[in-house]
Amino acid sequence: MKNKKGLIKQDSGRRKFLKMGIFASGAAVTAVGLNVFADDKTTGEKVKVMTTDGKTVEVDSGSLEKESCCNSHAVSNKEAREGMPGKKFVMVVDLSRCRNALKCQDSCNKNHFITGHNAWLKVYNMRESADTAPYWMPMMCQHCDEPACVTVCPVDATFKRRDGIVLIDNERCIGCRFCMAACPYSTRIFNWSEPDQKAAMEAVDHSPKYSPEHAGSPSIKGTVDKCDFCPHMTRQGKLPHCVSACPNDVFLYGDAYEDTVTNGSGQSYRLSKLLEDKAGYRYLDRLGTHPSVYYLPPAERSDDFVDGLENYTEFESVRKPE
Amino acid sequence: MSKYDELIVELAPRKFQRYGKIWTTGLIIVVILGIIAYIDQIIKGQEVTNMRDYVLWGVYISNFVFFVAISFVGSLGAAILRLTKKAWRTPLVRIAEIIAFAAIIMAGLTIILDMGRPDRLLNLFIHGRLQSPITWDVIIITTYIAISLLILYIPLLPDLAILSKYFKGKTWLSKWYGFFSLKWTGSKKQWEIQSKSIQIVAVLIIPVALILQTVDAWLFSTTYRIGWDSTNFGPYFIAGAFVVGTGGLISVMYVLRKAYHLENHITNMHFDKMGRLLVFACLVYLYFNINEYLLPAFTAPKAETEHLDELFTGLYAPLFWFVTIGGLILPILILIFPKGRKPLPLFIIALLVVVTSWWKRYLIVVPSLLHPFMPMQGVPESWHSYFPSLHEWAIVSGTLAMALLIITILVRYLPIIPIYRTAKEQGILETDKEGQL
Repeated sequence: MKNKKGLIKQDSGRRKFLKMGIFASGAAVTAVGLNVFADDKTTGEKVKVMTTDGKTVEVDSGSLEKESCCNSHAVSNKEAREGMPGKKFVMVVDLSRCRNALKCQDSCNKNHFITGHNAWLKVYNMRESADTAPYWMPMMCQHCDEPACVTVCPVDATFKRRDGIVLIDNERCIGCRFCMAACPYSTRIFNWSEPDQKAAMEAVDHSPKYSPEHAGSPSIKGTVDKCDFCPHMTRQGKLPHCVSACPNDVFLYGDAYEDTVTNGSGQSYRLSKLLEDKAGYRYLDRLGTHPSVYYLPPAERSDDFVDGLENYTEFESVRKPE
Repeated sequence: MSKYDELIVELAPRKFQRYGKIWTTGLIIVVILGIIAYIDQIIKGQEVTNMRDYVLWGVYISNFVFFVAISFVGSLGAAILRLTKKAWRTPLVRIAEIIAFAAIIMAGLTIILDMGRPDRLLNLFIHGRLQSPITWDVIIITTYIAISLLILYIPLLPDLAILSKYFKGKTWLSKWYGFFSLKWTGSKKQWEIQSKSIQIVAVLIIPVALILQTVDAWLFSTTYRIGWDSTNFGPYFIAGAFVVGTGGLISVMYVLRKAYHLENHITNMHFDKMGRLLVFACLVYLYFNINEYLLPAFTAPKAETEHLDELFTGLYAPLFWFVTIGGLILPILILIFPKGRKPLPLFIIALLVVVTSWWKRYLIVVPSLLHPFMPMQGVPESWHSYFPSLHEWAIVSGTLAMALLIITILVRYLPIIPIYRTAKEQGILETDKEGQL
């Protein structure tokens, strides 16, 4: 196990794994999710699962649960507004690794049943000026600590939780779109018409039950949607869809209080060290929005920028069937 | 017939003749078309507009800002003219107050047209949060509606009593005027209460009107958007409202003078004075425009330069120069000459000012939204630009027609020139022995 660049050393002990592995199940355990909160359901039956660093451990089958969609984890509106105690969710996006594979976007669109014309996660074709190299930049809700959208919302429909996540209560939103005008990152989208999500939901056998913690399930006409940082996944101990879908480990997600972020392959890093070593920054930080998403500059890139161009569609971010 | 009776006959509301009826019917048709378009928008969603995720506010919001702006001088001017006790104001104040009332009512309604969920309107009161500029707007607009209703209504009381007497033959009309005159007899006590009330409302409306325009500006300048994020916006909006309000008042008073043959009351002197006021308003507005557009051109960062270029020489240049020259430069150049302040040329200029002011709001709202911080990518090409859809035009036309309809109805049933005051100023007022009407 590499220990440089802040990679955390892990032992293969189950206790330690479970402690560390809140966000680590995504890639290694595909068909099953570890339910760290249901440890008391012991069945006596042992199952072998693979940990994030590739080691095999035996766990009680009671601590695993079948991958189910998120409604079983739906929390009350009050809990959804308060957020999880003792957490501060952050994301790191490593621009040097992004080659516009768009798996993040596909997964996000699929799992949030995005059927409009504007995805919540977009990979921008960015170029600061004519003298600098272009790069790919995934952009989603930045979950700012000083969210401009929350400040201007007249009805508390979009709110900031104690775990840092900014969510929307689509059952309260009046559709004034002031939050969209206020957001400097253009990450909010509006449901201009009745969302046609039936086929998308049938495809994954999903029955919608509204919760602000799972945006888009369902989307509501005349209200605003955006990236929700996937708390419905976090509650199951899983990573957000974009993080686990990315084939290039561009995204890292974790808890700033634990100073740990984990990528889709299950590797965990010290957040502070990662940002320091790789000169992490926050986009448009000068505005004072204090985003929860950090970017690592597109230095020492693993791929050529032009390789991403084959996937690039300037006028489409939600792929339509057919 | 005494002079007093003649005056009442001249100034009492009259039934519409042919043109009045055609005008009213036309307005009602446009309003109905607007309502039909709005119902369609409710059913299908705001997909029927050409607004999309980048241009998320369009002509509904710019139209709203226009209504808020035009409601300004109608009231503030009236209050200032009242407070300065200039006698020449008498035939103008009520027209101004009628325009203000119609405009602010329509401002309150038009903002609802832009809401994705108008069915959740009450959330603004149930879940209202004080730090949102929209909440400030809700508070200040409702306040302004109340105050502009009062400043229109309280001075009307003596006239309503006069009309109740005048329409004795037509019992229902007489009864309504009598009901709304609140048993006005003209006793000393009533006069005291009335003049005190007018004084209070006239003083109150000044800060409220200034706050209204400022809050309206803050809807934009509390965001990070290029072109909106400006500390100049509050006074800039106030000055703009001064211009469009004056223009609106001149336009309406010209039409009313023509339609009701009020040449004895609304004289060339009134047009001359209003013309001077409009020049003054335009000069102040020009000053703020220079602050808003010319100054940033010196030190603007790249993104802001792009925005300004689009206004000065780009896509929006024709509209920008039409608005700037037609709504600011031309009025100043023409109205500084006494000949330009004759009724007809002044009327044409005033109409031009009102039309350009409407487009000016459009230019404030739309181009900024086309310059977000992130590049526009991943959306259909049609989302990269904006021009109102048929639905939007129908709905906006409906609101403008509705405002004119409110003005028309008020003009039909209220004495547009205050009867009591005019009679008193001309020294022909007749009262009975107790000094009552």
